Amino acid sequence: MKRANHPARQRLAALGLLAIPLLTYPLIALPEGDLARIPLSYLYLFGIWAGLIVLAALVAERQGRK
Amino acid sequence: MFPGWLVALLAIAYLALLFAIARFGDARADNGRSIISANIYALSLAVYCTSWTFFGSVGSAAANGFFFLTIYLGPTMMLLGVGVIIKIIRISKTYRITSIADFIASRYGKSPLLAGLVTVIAVVGVIPYIALQLKAIAASVDVLLAGSEHAIRGLDSTFLIAVVLALFTLFFGARHLDAAERHEGMVVAIAFESVVKLMAFIAVGLFVTYGLFDGFSDLFARAAAHPELQRLLRHHPAGASRWAALLLLSGLAIILLPRQFQIIVVENVDEAHLKRAAWLFPLYLLLINIFVLPLAIGGLLHYDAHDINPETFVLALPLAHGAGALALLAFIGGLSAATGMVIVETIALSTMVCNDLAMPLLLRSPWLRAARRQNLFRLLLGIRRAAIGLILLLGYIYFRAAGEAYALVSIGLISFAAVAQFAPALFGGLYWKQGTRAGAVAGLAAGFAIWLYTLLLPSFAKSGWIGQGFVEQGLFGLSWLRAQALFGLTGLDEISHCLWWSLLANIACYVAVSLSAKPDVITAQQAERFVDIFRRDGRDADARLWRGKTSLGAVVDLLERFLGAVHAEQQLAAHARAGALRDWRELPADAAFVHFAETELAGAIGSASAKAMVASVVQEEELGLEEVLDILDEATQVRAYSRELEAKQRELEAATAELRAANDRLRELDLLKNDFISTVTHELRTPLTSIRALSEMLHADPDVEANDRQRFLAIIVHEAERLTRLINQVLDMAKLESGRAEWATGAVDIGEVAREAMDSLGQLFRDKGVALASEIPEHGPVVLADRDRLMQVTINLLSNAVKFAPDRDGRVRVTVGVEDGRARVAVADNGPGLTAAECGIVFEKFRQGGNTLTAKPQGTGLGLPISRQIVEYFGGNLWVESRPGAGACFIFTVPMPTPQQ
Repeated sequence: MKRANHPARQRLAALGLLAIPLLTYPLIALPEGDLARIPLSYLYLFGIWAGLIVLAALVAERQGRK
Repeated sequence: MFPGWLVALLAIAYLALLFAIARFGDARADNGRSIISANIYALSLAVYCTSWTFFGSVGSAAANGFFFLTIYLGPTMMLLGVGVIIKIIRISKTYRITSIADFIASRYGKSPLLAGLVTVIAVVGVIPYIALQLKAIAASVDVLLAGSEHAIRGLDSTFLIAVVLALFTLFFGARHLDAAERHEGMVVAIAFESVVKLMAFIAVGLFVTYGLFDGFSDLFARAAAHPELQRLLRHHPAGASRWAALLLLSGLAIILLPRQFQIIVVENVDEAHLKRAAWLFPLYLLLINIFVLPLAIGGLLHYDAHDINPETFVLALPLAHGAGALALLAFIGGLSAATGMVIVETIALSTMVCNDLAMPLLLRSPWLRAARRQNLFRLLLGIRRAAIGLILLLGYIYFRAAGEAYALVSIGLISFAAVAQFAPALFGGLYWKQGTRAGAVAGLAAGFAIWLYTLLLPSFAKSGWIGQGFVEQGLFGLSWLRAQALFGLTGLDEISHCLWWSLLANIACYVAVSLSAKPDVITAQQAERFVDIFRRDGRDADARLWRGKTSLGAVVDLLERFLGAVHAEQQLAAHARAGALRDWRELPADAAFVHFAETELAGAIGSASAKAMVASVVQEEELGLEEVLDILDEATQVRAYSRELEAKQRELEAATAELRAANDRLRELDLLKNDFISTVTHELRTPLTSIRALSEMLHADPDVEANDRQRFLAIIVHEAERLTRLINQVLDMAKLESGRAEWATGAVDIGEVAREAMDSLGQLFRDKGVALASEIPEHGPVVLADRDRLMQVTINLLSNAVKFAPDRDGRVRVTVGVEDGRARVAVADNGPGLTAAECGIVFEKFRQGGNTLTAKPQGTGLGLPISRQIVEYFGGNLWVESRPGAGACFIFTVPMPTPQQ
């Protein structure tokens, strides 16, 4: 009855699905070279990861305030 | 570097602090003021980060670059699937499920066999993981004490550590038996440990990155100078399968590891906390991983010669640079990581061993039957304590057997691959009702067997405990049975290889066996409950799913024996209050009560044992599969029925409205019929009365004068004619209305009909002095109709016209023509005309033009209605156009046949 009524859960699940292509081959092997001498491969992994966490936090906490 | 006593004192002081925190948490929980918040819950999830993370990740990064990250990215993805976990939590809370073994067994019909199998897999699978913690602590102690004299040299320090950890866990987690298996104090302590290990690791990371080097840029720039280090910072497409396999493994492990299930599901106090954890826990993972690669690179740059195990960099780097206090903090951090894991894991496993291995055996033993009266509470606690000791001992033995040959991360992954075997049965059971017990057992057994053969046994072989033969040449020398190249599958690393084959066999067996047989009653019932947990509130159907007889005393006795008298009475009182009873002794021993008791017992001894125990004190009536499914489907059915009812009701209402309309119409018709009959009789009586009166006069008085007699007889004849005409018309009308009239249809020239009618009434017009004019073409329009009937209509119109036309200067005009494909006949007079209301009335039966009250009726009142019926029968119309004082014009039309016809 209630299951369809959880936009936050569905948005989080969508983020999880989005994470799969972003954090697997071949995309993770794409960034090469470096930025400020820090390898882009390192920045890419942590950047995407942090981005996902920020989005998840926005989704989860917005729902929580209601 | 440090004296042994200092390290020991520090460790013991830290453990004592943990103990105090746990006591504080427990005390608050007992007072009903739980301090478990969403943040504490999210932090406690970080029990996932063990010494594998603290020490092993750096070692892994130093060897394989980015691969260490997969272990933390997988859980991030998994945790975003909050819905699945919330479903597991909801089910576990509703049915007091206390471990993953209990969960899977409960789903497949509370099967003791399945519970035991899951427990065995979990214990065997997790033992390498426990060995990993022992190994890490032992290694860290060795690094701290290197070069210093200490008391435990010569003793087996790892064994000592295992003993200390076992004692600590005993005091910590197995002090009392909680029906819900919740340990709030432990959760708070674990959350505290998570903060400690994160702080310690970041402190070391900052020290190395910014103290020994000049920040990230400097560190990476120096690494760029070494081709070997450069290799670590690049992804290699060859690693794609391993990368995906590790993501999958860690994603599954975050929920399937017994300690993760314990923390995420069993220790959860509020489903809403999970939403916070969905991002806070990944954030924690991200933070604890930022410095892993810098530490690995820093260590490799520092110790060029590879003369030190990279897994000890976290301790060795601060030590080498004289930061002793930081090294001690790192030691405490590593200790935190290891103790947290060992505490929760062994508590979770001991619950499973006690409830799902020991209890079913005990319940069968004659000894326990003999000791029925005895309080079993202490026995349960004893079993759990023994299990904790046993599990740590097994961990130690594994460490001795295989630990030396493997890196920390590799040992941990062996455990991950083992618990991944639970995935098909668990997730399948959550969403697939057809999954059966036999299927789950087959899948688990197949997956576990392949795991044993391709991963665990080779780990023993590598350390030389057993022969290498089956790994290198294959079992019995069959090359396709080589343990890490099964069926010739090569090119994968051992973890991907094991995962591929074991999950393939697991899923295939689970699905195939499930589909090949019908589930038994209790499995089907549990499947409905689990899969549809969100769709029912449970209570009603659960209570009705049980039918049998028992006594309150027997059940209460059972509860007291397993829960302890005090706790049992608390729960009973709470249950009674929920049912609005003041005293639990008044509780009826009905289905709801038995369900309550079984759920309470399940919290203490597992669902399979609880079912067996309850069955021993009640006489249960077996319900058939169909019956159970019926009851469970009832909620759905009731909804379907109510929808059907609503539809039926709407149909009924529509039908009622129709019936009411039909009834009204009938009543109207009835009224009309009554009117008709009374009018007919009235019309019949008028001529009859005059005939009778005149006849009686003639009869009574034979001497009536010849003139009068003649006049009377003429009236009698005239009235008799009128009577006959009236009766003929009534019969005609009845025939027309009932559809029994006979029609002789043929081609009729309407102009000819009109001329003939005018001829036949010519005398009447002349008698009355009314001028009759006509405008009729020589060959009038031809229609398909009954000639005599059309004649009847025309004569009727003409006789009406002559009746109402004024004497002497009356004029009647007949026009025949064609209009819009219809033959049109108009009969116009210059009589008094009709009002608009009369224009309608004249076509009703027995209604005549003019004032019938004052003037003598001039016709039968049936002529026009009959005419209209006739014209309409041929598809035409008959109407009148008139105004008072302007004469009336009666018009009828009959459609002409189209040329084709």
